[in-house]
Amino acid sequence: MSEVRTESAAAAPAVAGPPPRTGAKAPGRRLASAKQSAIGWLFVLPFAVLLVAFLLLPMAYAFKISLYRSTLIEGEVFAFLDNYRQAIDDPLVRQGVVRVLIFGLIQTPVMIGIALLAALLIDAATSRFSRFFRLAAFVPYAVPVVIGTLMWGFLYSKSIGPLSWTGVNFVSGDTVLASLGNITTWQWAGYNMIVLYAALQGLPREVYESAKIDGAGQVQIALRIKTPMISSALILATLFTIMGTLQFFTEPLILQPLNPGAITQHYTPNVYAYNQAFSFQQYNYSAAISFLLGAVVFVGSYIFLFATRKRSALR
Amino acid sequence: MSSRKGSAAAHVVMGLLAVYFLLPFWWLLVAATKNNDGLFQSASLWFSDFHLIENLKLLFHQDNGVYLTWLRNSAFYAVVSGVGSTVISALAGYAFAKLRFPGRNGLFALLLGLIMVPATALVLPTYLLMSQANMVDSIWAVILPSLLNPFGVYLLRVYVHDSIPDEMLEAARIDGAGELRVFRSVALPAMRPALVTVLLFSMVASWNNFFLPLVMLSDDRLYPLTVGLRTWYMSAIMGNGGAATFNVIVTGALVAIIPLIAAFLMLQRYWRGGLTIGAVK
Repeated sequence: MSEVRTESAAAAPAVAGPPPRTGAKAPGRRLASAKQSAIGWLFVLPFAVLLVAFLLLPMAYAFKISLYRSTLIEGEVFAFLDNYRQAIDDPLVRQGVVRVLIFGLIQTPVMIGIALLAALLIDAATSRFSRFFRLAAFVPYAVPVVIGTLMWGFLYSKSIGPLSWTGVNFVSGDTVLASLGNITTWQWAGYNMIVLYAALQGLPREVYESAKIDGAGQVQIALRIKTPMISSALILATLFTIMGTLQFFTEPLILQPLNPGAITQHYTPNVYAYNQAFSFQQYNYSAAISFLLGAVVFVGSYIFLFATRKRSALR
Repeated sequence: MSSRKGSAAAHVVMGLLAVYFLLPFWWLLVAATKNNDGLFQSASLWFSDFHLIENLKLLFHQDNGVYLTWLRNSAFYAVVSGVGSTVISALAGYAFAKLRFPGRNGLFALLLGLIMVPATALVLPTYLLMSQANMVDSIWAVILPSLLNPFGVYLLRVYVHDSIPDEMLEAARIDGAGELRVFRSVALPAMRPALVTVLLFSMVASWNNFFLPLVMLSDDRLYPLTVGLRTWYMSAIMGNGGAATFNVIVTGALVAIIPLIAAFLMLQRYWRGGLTIGAVK
């Protein structure tokens, strides 16, 4: 991403020295720093409380119940890693994982590709139309995922949709994954375009000028100079897309009634975890699946960031 | 573009993509003007008999006017969660950047470590915990978890750290201002661009939220639009009697996105600025 750094004004010698740290000699000063600590804590307290209540505690609780099983006879029994073993061996979990991986392998490059193409176009072509296009591409992001999916559900419909002339059944077992991929592409390509465009805007223009003098065309400049220079933004956009894909949930759930045979109750790992909890009351097993999925996303994203840290400029 | 041919080609590609992005909206606009028979019988991308007013009446009367309640709920959740989480994130982000207190670095390291925890994985355990505290099926079950915005805290900390010099705060302290006063009158005004961004993102996230309210709420008078429209859609497809018909759902979808798109176009300046703030490392 753009490496523009707004350094705070060069540190002029402060009129009053920096506030004393704890362990200062005068007792009055120690009091001042105790007061300072209290003030600092007051500022972060609401956030800290929320962090514990809605992140740490649910995480710990999910892990705890994932180690138990409810049985009819003995109630909750400690099962250690049995739920995890079951989840890893569960063919329905595996199918869901394979499905989101296939989805991600195709949808991510297609969408990032469209976003990059669009960003390069609006960066190079400055016209009224390109300004209009920038807005048009971004508008789908303003639509809630649920409503965007409902809309596409209607568009795919054989009876009322505008695509019925193609004769394609968009929600058959063979096509529904691609149809879902189209929805997410439509919804997020413009958002990613804006992110990449912002990165392009931060590049120094002189580089293109010298390339032009060397005889490079616009296409060459776009592919050989601009694209590598925004690799960090591309990497981050790819990461967030992959994270979203692994958690794929809302779109399949909304389209489920169109073809429950194709969009099953275990269509993606998240849909499966949801149904385990709310259709079958299997909270322990559901927690294990959720926790496993969360851990994969969490660890995966850090590995990804670490592996690409040279290019993603993240510290 | 240097060559005219290249520029023409670029505009053709942009034109095709624009059709792809906008055609669904055109369909929705046209469809919302048709009655249910018109939806099934007329050409789908052009107007036939005009029934928009009638559809709006049907929409606001369906199920005792619950749609308006959903619209209000969505707006309420978005405003309260958005403003609340922005205020809380601003206080914390400022403290992490500018105040000294024991445990500061440890807490911030924890925040950085947890920023990548996927929200969807937390919904089920949060639901179970809140149901033990008898807090599910209430507005707080949706609002309280939405007040936590680790990424917002991180963003504001970076912004304050890079754009507010210590001397500015020190000068106010020497003038005898207390810490809260320094924050309110010196830091907050300087944080405005970043605050607007965090507010916009958290409001949109809350307005779009589906998984959390879906799990937390069973009383349909508390539903936001997203959960409400889905229940109508499911009933319509199952063909339940008395269910909202497709023309009502289509009109409901249109009414739901018009304020969003309007707000979007008016605030687009801030979006563009905001997307780069996070990028400045």
